[in-house]
Amino acid sequence: MDAALRELSYAQAIQEAMAIAMDMDDRVFLMGEDIGVYGGAFQVTGDLVERYGADRVIDTPISELGGAGVAVGAAVTGMRPIFEFQFSDFATLGMEQIVNQAAKMRFMLGGEVSVPVVMRFPAGSGTGAAAQHSQSLEAWLGHVPGLKVIQPATPHDAKGMLLAAVADPDPVMIFEHKLLYKMKGHVPEGHYTVPIGKAEIRREGRDLTIVATSIMVQKALDAAAALEGEGIDIEVVDLRTIRPLDRQTVIDSVKKTSRLLCVYEAVKTLGIGAEVSALVAESEAFDYLDAPIVRLGGAETPIPYNPDLEKATVPQVPDIIAAARDLVKGVR
Amino acid sequence: MAGASKAVVDSRANLPFVYRQYSPEQLREVLHKMYLIRRFEEGAEECYMRGLIHGTMHLSIGQEASAMGVCMPLAADDQITSTHRGHGHCIAKGAEVSRMFAEFFGKTTGYCKGRGGSMHIADVAKGNLGANGIVAGGIPIAVGAALSSKMMKTGKVVVSFFGDGANNEGAFHEALNMAAIWKLPVIFVCENNGYGMSTSTARSTAVKNIAERAAAYSMPGVIVNGNILSEVAEASFKAVERARAGEGPTLIESKTYRHRGHSKSDRNRYRTKEEIEDWMENRDPITLFETELRDFGFIDDQGIQAIRDAVAREIADGIEFAKASPAPEIAALQDYVYTEQA
Repeated sequence: MDAALRELSYAQAIQEAMAIAMDMDDRVFLMGEDIGVYGGAFQVTGDLVERYGADRVIDTPISELGGAGVAVGAAVTGMRPIFEFQFSDFATLGMEQIVNQAAKMRFMLGGEVSVPVVMRFPAGSGTGAAAQHSQSLEAWLGHVPGLKVIQPATPHDAKGMLLAAVADPDPVMIFEHKLLYKMKGHVPEGHYTVPIGKAEIRREGRDLTIVATSIMVQKALDAAAALEGEGIDIEVVDLRTIRPLDRQTVIDSVKKTSRLLCVYEAVKTLGIGAEVSALVAESEAFDYLDAPIVRLGGAETPIPYNPDLEKATVPQVPDIIAAARDLVKGVR
Repeated sequence: MAGASKAVVDSRANLPFVYRQYSPEQLREVLHKMYLIRRFEEGAEECYMRGLIHGTMHLSIGQEASAMGVCMPLAADDQITSTHRGHGHCIAKGAEVSRMFAEFFGKTTGYCKGRGGSMHIADVAKGNLGANGIVAGGIPIAVGAALSSKMMKTGKVVVSFFGDGANNEGAFHEALNMAAIWKLPVIFVCENNGYGMSTSTARSTAVKNIAERAAAYSMPGVIVNGNILSEVAEASFKAVERARAGEGPTLIESKTYRHRGHSKSDRNRYRTKEEIEDWMENRDPITLFETELRDFGFIDDQGIQAIRDAVAREIADGIEFAKASPAPEIAALQDYVYTEQA
């Protein structure tokens, strides 16, 4: 098979990135619940424990707060931990160490330390796991200065952004949508990085900018393809990083298309779409707008168990198609 | 600190631990540092009262033997995590009072360049990874530092200081458990001063002695009189030896008392004047150590006065240094949020 066309799943891409990081740097190690022989709840660490040993692929007790703190302490004293929260919902148990310690330690100590810790959060709905195992909490962490928060949307970016995160001197939080783990895509061999803080234009278009995050990027692309036949030409911006935000790419795109639709899975109110809308409203792109800004986000409800209700909680492709069509045709 | 010679040790065979283990010069230096902690905090309190320092502070006056005794057996590159009541730990681990005053005054010459203040005082070069405003926040971090020591084979021992209030936080239990299962070179030092803010340990804690909680994590739990320097130092010495030998963690409960309130907002409505006076008059750790030093012939009144005078000069000089130091530029507000990259 041609190496240039090599495809991996999103989960395999992350696993390959972690292996490369451990090969390149003895300081890199993995910590988390059931990441050893079990292979991780979503098989992301897989057989890494067999290849790198239990001293570098460390099963922790079910202690998210303590485990996150151990990772922070190891990071400030010279190691490069990658800590897996089994589900992003469990960030709630580790918030003290993430928000009060990891994010602030360098600042509080006047720059005397850095905190090069990477934390991974399997996130999102769609697995029938109900309200406590399906949330999208990235905006919570995106609100905290000192953290960097990323949401890779493709296998290529999952690998490249994780390698960028490991090399980063500051704490990087990676939100990985669980439904993306099986997504296949082109992943180059060997070491490469995808920069943190840079959005990517996934599809160029003239009529409407969709700014999407994580799994919503693919849904936005599917919607854009469906609307092509109606003569609607959509630009899709994959935000990739929510802190620090790539404001310029969003502003430039909206100046070109004059319409903005934000699509994200997290609860709509006070979410990333509000921030993106505001940054456009505050920028020179405001004068270019031909229609109100529209947000499509998660419903104002916990994630339900029933599969039909669960699907109805978060934006789906038909929702995006309808909203985009209305925006471009001036219905809104 | 390196120990005393064998011949000297023989002549002190019946004396408590520190008098056998350390030279007279070292012990006089320990008294010097205990005075330095006491006078630093008194100086900081006075500056606060005069409006020179803002915010709040948590004074450890009355707990000096605990900080010093724990740190005496530590090597220069061993590490500590500290608490909101952490000025003593910082000085005991080797910090300069001038840079600590500068931090309290919010100046760029302070240990945290004016960004941390009293509650986040640190001295990373001397192994102090920082005080912490979150009760028990530093305990898992200390375990992580000990994990680094083990993985990088540096031989470093890490001490985590915390108060009695922290022993009811989940982080305490999670951290002790992990340190024990991985046999990490860490020492947990609970400075039990009887009250978590206003709530006594009798009202807050199901066990009589916090050291009993060590049994739940299969590590030694040691109770010491935290106001007797030698008792604290001996327990710390043994715990350091155990950690250094790869045998795992120890929990030391150092029973002590804070003469001052929890913070500057404390009206002392939860304890009696008689109780406070009893601790100040009959169990002051500096008085106890100084008396022993004099009784055992390690120092005379002249020597004590010389230490007090030297400390008074250091404190006055430190305050002057802080006053004369520059404040941060407003334009530098966002410095140190992220690591500066080329």
